[in-house]
Amino acid sequence: MADRTFQPETLAIHAGQIPDAATGARALPIYQTTSFVFDSAEHAASLFNLQTFGNVYSRLSNPTVAALEERVAALEGGRAALASASGMAAEAMALMTILQQGDHVVAAGALYGGSVSMLSVNLAKFGITTTFVDATRPEAFAEAIRPNTRALYAESLGNPSMLLLDIAAVADVAHAHGLPLVIDNTVPSPYLCNPIAFGADIVVHSATKYLAGHGTTLGGVMVESGKFPWDNGKFPGMTEPSPGYHGVKFYETFGDFGFCMRARMETLRVYGAALSPMSAWQILQGVETLPLRMERHSRNALAVARFLQAHPRVSWVNYPGLPHHPQHALLKQQMRALDGMPMASGLLAFGVLGGAAAGEKFIEGAQFMSHLVNIGDTRTLISHPATTTHRQLNEAQQRAAGVLPDMVRISVGLEHIDDILWDIDQALARSGA
Amino acid sequence: MSDDISTLRRILRDNKIIAIVGLSADWHRPSNFAAKYLQQHGFRIVPVNPRYEQILGERSYKALEDIPFKVDVVDVFRRTEDVLPFAQAAVALGAKCLWQQIGVKNLEADALVRAAGLDSVMDRCMKIEHARLFGGLHWAGVNTRVISAKRPV
Repeated sequence: MADRTFQPETLAIHAGQIPDAATGARALPIYQTTSFVFDSAEHAASLFNLQTFGNVYSRLSNPTVAALEERVAALEGGRAALASASGMAAEAMALMTILQQGDHVVAAGALYGGSVSMLSVNLAKFGITTTFVDATRPEAFAEAIRPNTRALYAESLGNPSMLLLDIAAVADVAHAHGLPLVIDNTVPSPYLCNPIAFGADIVVHSATKYLAGHGTTLGGVMVESGKFPWDNGKFPGMTEPSPGYHGVKFYETFGDFGFCMRARMETLRVYGAALSPMSAWQILQGVETLPLRMERHSRNALAVARFLQAHPRVSWVNYPGLPHHPQHALLKQQMRALDGMPMASGLLAFGVLGGAAAGEKFIEGAQFMSHLVNIGDTRTLISHPATTTHRQLNEAQQRAAGVLPDMVRISVGLEHIDDILWDIDQALARSGA
Repeated sequence: MSDDISTLRRILRDNKIIAIVGLSADWHRPSNFAAKYLQQHGFRIVPVNPRYEQILGERSYKALEDIPFKVDVVDVFRRTEDVLPFAQAAVALGAKCLWQQIGVKNLEADALVRAAGLDSVMDRCMKIEHARLFGGLHWAGVNTRVISAKRPV
């Protein structure tokens, strides 16, 4: 009998977790242990040589964390995944495994502020440079590629720019140059968009956001497609004997999950940004309801966008879920639909009439909408990116990242839509006072 | 070709003696990794490589035809175009399965052994499939595609 292809609603609950072999526990046990015993000296040697699979130390792998890794890999349609302590750690694990000194990255200009800092400041300290381009033009990526370019990096749906990437077009550019395309898919979550289906090679997530979904737990996941040809001559770290792991050739030995194995055994093992089992369990509790939550987040955000559009105290609204949004057609191609309307996640941006000062009054006037910098919570969250998440960037960098001085970002939560609209309306009334 | 989870599980559960054609004695090579893994998971491996007397503690045979006992699976680490004679030998030996490793996909060999009533697997690694379906690979974050409410056996 052919294997069934299960739907994401089923994968979100079952993938990566069958009943516990030792106890029969149906829910996922929390393996809160640093270390695992060896059966014999021979077993220990085989584990260290990677000749057999098993757990040694929770900085490398842990059964509770593994359930999260496999579940996100399944939801993304990927071959394998590696979890880490935060979304930034997932991004660092991916980039630091691909890149070495002297390499170059072409990245979308409109990125999460932390990603801009990692690429332009932190990786630059190690001699890795980045060119930021206008991601709405796929050819801009091609124009910026140099002989030493080793990765393309972008977000499927920009935070807070709300820019959608034409993933297939940029993947074509990457593959024509023998390069992997790395996509941050945090804002849509794997339920709304699967970048691998459009040609992305590596997907990173801040699991802190919609995957965990309740504003309680930090975590990150990196997924590999299993399809990138790492033996094309540009990635000796994948094909040559690893000096960091006694001569293992990761691509030859592990094939289509060789990149994740190398990220685990070289990068995560050495830099140590491992996810705790307790956190993995919390995130998985969230993942089980991801499909339900993403539908409601998207539906509420669309209602908020429509309300704001018609509001006299609002100067502009940016939400690709609106049918007249310039990228709505691309949204339809890349994102899951609900009742015939493509879902656009819970994030939107708008300008309060009266500029930055009125925006700050709006934020202070909210009753239950929380002023903080996270996204993807059950609660509705509001923030002013120019003075918070993107504060470290100058105004030109802010504009390149899609951040305008009067921009308010809303991460629309799961409260009743009438209550959300009420709080927005009364806070807008205060913004003009 | 057999490719579904229940058939692969049956092949890996019911067969214990694995002749490995093209097994390398170099511990870095994928064939050696796979053989070492199989030894540690209850399989007896029978190396087939004329360049060595012994690999991983087992006598190495020059050819499949030289093996004086029955083997269950003939596992082939050779180029696709070279597989057919091993398929014929597998049938002659009374093996129950021809397993062509990742990247090896000889359709003629597949048809030949299936016509003789053998199981046939192509373009898959025996170690990876065993680890995928019997537990270990899951711990490496790999998407095993196993969805089940039964305890692993």
